[in-house]
Amino acid sequence: MTRHELLRTPLYDCHVEAGGRIVPFAGFEMPVQYVGVIEEHHAVRKAVGLFDVSHMGEIDIVGRRALEFVQHVTCNDASKLVAGRAQYSGLMTRRGTFVDDLLVHKISDEHYFLVVNAANKDKDYAYLCAQTEEFDHVEVIDRSADYAQIAVQGPLAQQVLQRLTPVPLADIKYYRFVEGKVDGEPAIIARTGYTGEDGFEVYLDPTAAPGLWHRLLEVGRPEGIMPCGLGCRDTLRFEACMPLYGNDIDDTTTPFEAGLGWIVKLDKGAFLGHDVLARQHAEGIRRKLVGFAMTGRGIARHGYPIWHGGKPVGTVTSGSHAPTLGRALGMGYVPVELAATGTHIEIEIRGQKVAAEIVEMPFYRRAR
Amino acid sequence: MAQPTDRKYSRTHEWAMLAGDVATVGITQFAQEQLGDVVFVELPAAGTAVEAGKACGNIESVKAVSEVFSPVSGEVIEVNGELEAHPELVNKEPFGGGWLIRVRVGAGALDHLLDAAAYEAFLAEEGH
Repeated sequence: MTRHELLRTPLYDCHVEAGGRIVPFAGFEMPVQYVGVIEEHHAVRKAVGLFDVSHMGEIDIVGRRALEFVQHVTCNDASKLVAGRAQYSGLMTRRGTFVDDLLVHKISDEHYFLVVNAANKDKDYAYLCAQTEEFDHVEVIDRSADYAQIAVQGPLAQQVLQRLTPVPLADIKYYRFVEGKVDGEPAIIARTGYTGEDGFEVYLDPTAAPGLWHRLLEVGRPEGIMPCGLGCRDTLRFEACMPLYGNDIDDTTTPFEAGLGWIVKLDKGAFLGHDVLARQHAEGIRRKLVGFAMTGRGIARHGYPIWHGGKPVGTVTSGSHAPTLGRALGMGYVPVELAATGTHIEIEIRGQKVAAEIVEMPFYRRAR
Repeated sequence: MAQPTDRKYSRTHEWAMLAGDVATVGITQFAQEQLGDVVFVELPAAGTAVEAGKACGNIESVKAVSEVFSPVSGEVIEVNGELEAHPELVNKEPFGGGWLIRVRVGAGALDHLLDAAAYEAFLAEEGH
């Protein structure tokens, strides 16, 4: 993709103005960092950071059979949602693998609001539209251009965001959302995030986004709020072992293999991939996503081979220096018999085998 | 961006500073800015032969790994051990405490490299 074909979010000028280093990501020109990945990472763990995640896709499912449709295409049980609640789920292929991972928000009985990965949005939209052939009274609407999304993340997120909204944020529990005004503009305020910290994701009209961005930086100054790029978004989600589509999960991996069995509700009735997943549940999985710590010197990266007993046994899906934990960690798929904590493995780094050890996931869990 | 004039530069953004027959090698301010936060540095052991223009190590930032190209040919006689515990020195003091290796070189080993003014012009040409 050449540079002129890349899209910009409504906050592009804000990023340039703030000294953000712009890189192509999922078809958008996005800031990877402003002052530095590690400093931004710590700001979110210790105080509060501000992310432009307007590149994410938003898709409405509306109509009389909206719930039935969402149940058909996703593996989690959307019937458990009441209006104002959100759920992490998987958009499934017939093979029980991921088309995408997503958030399903229930607005009302006939309206579900899906938030999907930017890189998958067009694919997801086409896939969803194709599934409507079996469903009358369901409409799939790509709303991605109608929303900007700003994530306010960190232990002090509530304190900062509360200054700009009359909505009592303390009443919004994790994975719930309300519609209300933020800085005088109508918005959806959800207590969700992709950092492993407390925080909010605010969906609002693109024209209102730059105003809110600047106001948040202004009112969050006492807390040391920082604009944060995609670089630390990745290290934050990595430490919390939240999967990244295209790395840790994709259309060759199932939720059970990815350790996401908790989002598969086999007893909710039929859905795409149900039979494959039911069989896998009964028979057991052959490979599993595990976390590992480097015990030798080096950093594992996506795609590096994993070795055990002189043989290649798997592949690294994500790997990085973990800023909060101060060590090099990784995730990857290995045969289940090698998945136990404490198992010694080797990571092939530029032709050299470097020692590593399977450790528990998540690597980081915030104190509640 | 003013470049120190006491050393010479490669087009791949390394520097070499000569004292007697020993060249100290590091990466430039521009290079460290491009890399971002350095978290791991992998360098050749003392005694290794390095060749000008050839990869001699790797610098890993949080996001990516980048090769370091030796600006000079010779034998590595010392490696900056500080970087094992403090790789961030490459960011903080690229022209000082963040040096990478010391190489014993022959006569004229730096002749092919750019002086500070030429390196600055090269950066400008590249649009930086």
